[in-house]
Amino acid sequence: MTINVSVMVNGTRHDVSDVEPRLLLSDFLRDTLGLTGTHVGCEHGVCGACTVLMDGHSIRSCLTLAVQAAGAEITTVEGLGTPEALNVLQTQFREHHGLQCGFCTPGMLMTGEDLLRNYPLATDEEIREGLSGNLCRCTGYQNIVAAIRSAAALRRENV
Amino acid sequence: MSKDSLAQPADVLRPRHVGAPIKRTEDPRLLTGNGEYTADRKPDRPLHIAFRRSEQPHARIVRIDTAAAQTAPGVVAVLTAEDVADDFKPVIPFSRMANYYATPTLPLASGKVRYVGEAIVAVIATSRYLAEDAVELIEIEFEPLGAVSRSETAVAVDAPLLHEEAGTNVLIAREFRKGDVEADLKGAAVRVGGRFEMTRKAPLAMEPRSYTAEYDARRGAITLYTSSNIPGIVRDAISESLGLPGSRLRVVAPDVGGSFGSKGSLYPEELLICIAARKLGRSLKWTADRLEDVSSSSQAFAEIVDAEMGFDANGIAIALQADVLGDVGAYSIYPWTCGLEPVQVVSFLPGPYKIRSYRGAVRGVATCKPPTGPYRGVGRPISTFVTERLMDLGAKALGLDPIEIRRRNLVRAGEFPYRIASGIIWDKTGFVECLDAAGEAAGYEKLRVRQAEARKDGRLFGIGIASYAELTGIGSRIAVAPGMPINTGSETAKISIDSTGAITAAFGVASHGQGLETTLAQIIADDLGASFEDIRVIQGDSDAVPMSTGTYASRSAVLGGGAAKRASALLRDKIKRVASYLLEANHDDIELSGGKATVIGTDRAVTFRQVAKAVYSDMKTLPAEAREELSASYTYDPINGTTAAATHIVAVEVDPATCFVKIHKYVVAEDCGQIINPMIVDGQVHGGVAQGIGAALFEELVYDEDAQLLSASLVDYMIPSAPDIPDMDVVHIESQSAVAGGFRGMGEGGTIGAPAAIANAIADALSPYDIDVNLLPMNPQRIFGLIEQAKLKAKENPK
Ligand code: FES
Ligand code: FES
Repeated sequence: MTINVSVMVNGTRHDVSDVEPRLLLSDFLRDTLGLTGTHVGCEHGVCGACTVLMDGHSIRSCLTLAVQAAGAEITTVEGLGTPEALNVLQTQFREHHGLQCGFCTPGMLMTGEDLLRNYPLATDEEIREGLSGNLCRCTGYQNIVAAIRSAAALRRENV
Repeated sequence: MSKDSLAQPADVLRPRHVGAPIKRTEDPRLLTGNGEYTADRKPDRPLHIAFRRSEQPHARIVRIDTAAAQTAPGVVAVLTAEDVADDFKPVIPFSRMANYYATPTLPLASGKVRYVGEAIVAVIATSRYLAEDAVELIEIEFEPLGAVSRSETAVAVDAPLLHEEAGTNVLIAREFRKGDVEADLKGAAVRVGGRFEMTRKAPLAMEPRSYTAEYDARRGAITLYTSSNIPGIVRDAISESLGLPGSRLRVVAPDVGGSFGSKGSLYPEELLICIAARKLGRSLKWTADRLEDVSSSSQAFAEIVDAEMGFDANGIAIALQADVLGDVGAYSIYPWTCGLEPVQVVSFLPGPYKIRSYRGAVRGVATCKPPTGPYRGVGRPISTFVTERLMDLGAKALGLDPIEIRRRNLVRAGEFPYRIASGIIWDKTGFVECLDAAGEAAGYEKLRVRQAEARKDGRLFGIGIASYAELTGIGSRIAVAPGMPINTGSETAKISIDSTGAITAAFGVASHGQGLETTLAQIIADDLGASFEDIRVIQGDSDAVPMSTGTYASRSAVLGGGAAKRASALLRDKIKRVASYLLEANHDDIELSGGKATVIGTDRAVTFRQVAKAVYSDMKTLPAEAREELSASYTYDPINGTTAAATHIVAVEVDPATCFVKIHKYVVAEDCGQIINPMIVDGQVHGGVAQGIGAALFEELVYDEDAQLLSASLVDYMIPSAPDIPDMDVVHIESQSAVAGGFRGMGEGGTIGAPAAIANAIADALSPYDIDVNLLPMNPQRIFGLIEQAKLKAKENPK
């Protein structure tokens, strides 16, 4: 059995007719739509590498079925800035060296976008707590925290 | 050392890239989802592999029934060891070490299985989902041969043998001796010792291992994209095993999502995917799921060390002896061998200290677990843990401060090069300088005051110190792994300017997060006088340079950087020769900077682009004999390698109720020589320390008595998350090394120092209970157990 899935991804509408009900959203994004910016690090909901925004909230795409995303609006890392024009958070990650191998980075950015939208992020504790569902093995988190701290400060200035 | 005193007068005038926190070239693509990791490759109509793996720790394979799997939807082929037997030669991790048994690396288990997670059957189907469905239909009959789950039981006389042909489970045995340890220990004023252990650990890169074999039917050629940090070694091994010349086998490590050693060996799946691609004439993909990655990638540590150190009355360490029992897992890994980790422990136990006599014996024994392999720090996290615990025990027995006892024993500035008791030679490095700088940055005296106050309130506050040294950027005089015949002593850089003036620099080193595209370009920008933005660095591609091994053992800044410097110098000369024609000036009067050749002191200049045009596109400007190709290649060998050192100081507090350890302060003072990019260096230290904190406090692969892995998910195998890691202060002592550029390797150090420093801090925190910390990780359960035992003991023997 296959199902029709119609979904908005990064502002583009996709109508896919032959989606197996068991297909994970992460595999749908990566393999069906070719958006390989979303990474898969564990497939059991712990590492956060697969984080995307669904209707504005961060979710684990490895714990979501593609069919559950029908009718939703998804934003992946490809929907933020471009290499030539990074968005604010991406720029701060670069400025503060918040990435090394880059594998956890898409998930960190999508979680970061959610945090920046929904939380005051007044202290480092709050930022670290907000990131606790995203694992990074390279950076020791210090520079990721710095990047988000500085993105939060810029957001405050711009309000 | 201040950088100004090193700079040449001409250097001061132009902006230098080496030493500057230049933003990474890699970032724009990685930040926007435009990176390309192996699993992101999209070859034409690829097939997908899923493996049936062993659930048995040690068993004979009696029968494999794949009939149902063969006819399952989407299945194209089902392969067992028998099906591929004629398609390859086993890969042997050879070594010249005596008392070593080399186990062959095979693509699939043949005859028997030796650990849970070993691949037995490969199912190839049109999608991964369908391949996994078919795996469920495979039936295997096993005859259990008895699990060997611990190193202590593996050496028992009646233990089942993993490799019958070896005649023993001891795959490697070795001993180092210098001086008369027995006599020195007898004569020592104070002797301290104990049994120390670091449990098994997973390197756990966030990107699971992943391979894509792309088949080119026109040439019968394969390009293997692999998440490897040793693509050159993988290429040579597969070429030999499959009888495919390098012209038909290209191995590329594209963007790689971390390794830390877990992607630094040849894996059975890499062989299998190439064999199957050739057999089926199709492109194939495989990526480990997390369970597969944890249960079949190389693992780390797993050693028990019985050690003793003797001090004279002045606190000078005079003798050290240790017996190391390493649990190396089921196979000797290619190319490093099973000696890599445990032998390194005995090689580095004397550390940065001047210890007169030494005996270090090591045995590596086979157990029913995945092989141990390289992991960030290799051997030295444990050797440092043991030696630094012994130093603290000595200090306590002698009533000395931990900083003072280290100061008395470290090799001092005038004493380099210094050969330690295990034979390793330290070149001039700031050992004492790191100790002092760390003490100062940590506010050591104040920390002790803070500790005294905390103790008064009954709080368990402790301060830990660890000093260590490591050998980095190893040249051809020493094999990276003991007795290994592969040349790990050199690296090549090939730099070319094409007819458009673009600069391409090709290397065999392979970045997996270290930012080599940036740091190598920084070196070239300075040494070639090019503009940074014009340089494209190609790395991790076996077609880019004739021979290479990869990035491991903290070698790429030293070897890749050295090759970049030398090749730049050669190319610089060629550019100058052309420019001197074009500018009608003397070769020596021309300076290269920012992508331009200028006659010094004038505004007469030509761009590299104009130089390239004159050489390649213009038939008139230059005489034919002056039109030499603008490219240069250099293979650099630092011969010996160079030392890197650091001191870590950490302040922790143990919560007596939950037994959780909170880190209040973390300071690292390190000497990595000339820094290429301070931003990247700090990042490497942060990441290394975070892994060391994981090793010290949580991370443990738990195998039960039946050698079943109990912690195979990220829920059970806990790596540090953001709230677990403190902010760190990193101080740099930049004492120049003797290798080209004055660099030292520094990617591993954080993981070497942190476990020891934290162990010492916890022991210090728990000193009111007189508790000894001799096993890592010190998780809350263990701390709780130790405190309870201590309380019980105190009740039984009231003072
Ligand atoms: S891949 Fe989804 S949380 Fe790890
Ligand atoms: S940058 Fe490598 S896992 Fe985070």
